[in-house]
Amino acid sequence: MTSSQTLTMPGYFKNLARIADFVTTAAADACLDAKAVYAVQMAVEEACTNIIEHAYGGEGKGQIQIACIPKTEGLQIIITDQGVAFDPDQIPRLDTTASLSERNRRGMGMFFIYNLVDRVDYQFETPHGNQLTLFKKRL
Amino acid sequence: MIVETKQLRRCDVVVAKGRIDTSTVKTLADALSEITNNGRYRIALNLKAVTFISSAGLGELIATQNTCKKLHRGELVLVEVPRRVSEVLDLAGLTPLFKIYDSELEAVGDF
Repeated sequence: MTSSQTLTMPGYFKNLARIADFVTTAAADACLDAKAVYAVQMAVEEACTNIIEHAYGGEGKGQIQIACIPKTEGLQIIITDQGVAFDPDQIPRLDTTASLSERNRRGMGMFFIYNLVDRVDYQFETPHGNQLTLFKKRL
Repeated sequence: MIVETKQLRRCDVVVAKGRIDTSTVKTLADALSEITNNGRYRIALNLKAVTFISSAGLGELIATQNTCKKLHRGELVLVEVPRRVSEVLDLAGLTPLFKIYDSELEAVGDF
C-alpha cells in the first residue's frame, strides 16, 4: 500500500487543477477504478471551491490542506481549512427531478460531495481547523 | 481551457477543451454569451475534449439552456459527451434537460 500524501495550497481557484492532479494520482495509486478516481476528483474540487467561496469568503484568504490516506478498503481524504464554519444541514438539497426553469446555476457542490463518495464527515473548529473527511471505497 | 466557436448557417458549434472549473468557466461562459448576445440561440456544444467539468461548468450549461429555450427561440445541445461527464449529468438529473448527440453532424443536422 502506498503511503499518505499531503498537499497544502493557497486558496485560489487557479490551484484547483493542481489539487485535482494530486488527488487523482493518489486515487489511482490506491487502485481506485477510473470512475472512482473521477468521483474523488470532483468531490474534492467541490469541497475546495466551497472553502474558497464560503469558508474564506474569497480567494487568497487562507490555505487548504488535502491529505490522501490509502486504506485497506479504499482512499480517505481529509481536507482542512481555517475559515468560517457552517452547518451542512442548512444547505438546501438539490432536487434532481427539477425542471430546467427550476434549476439554479449554483448550489450543486454539496450534492456532488455527498453523492460521489461513500462517507462524508464534517468536523468544525477542531484544533486543526475545519476538517472534511471523505472516503471512497475500492470496488 | 480552450474554447473554439464556429458559426454555421443553422447553428453555432462550440468546442470546449480541457478542464471546466471555477477558474476556467468564464472562458466558456463568455463564448456562449457572445453567441446569445448576438441573437443566436441554437448551439451545439462539443465536450469530447473536456477532461473535467465541475458544478460551475454544469451551472453554465443550465444557464445557457435557460437563455436559449426562452420563448422557444432555440436550445443548447451537447455533443460527444465523455463517459465521466455523462455519469455526472445523470447523477444530478440533468440529462433530460439536454439533447445529446454522438456527432456534430447529427447535432447540426437536427437544428
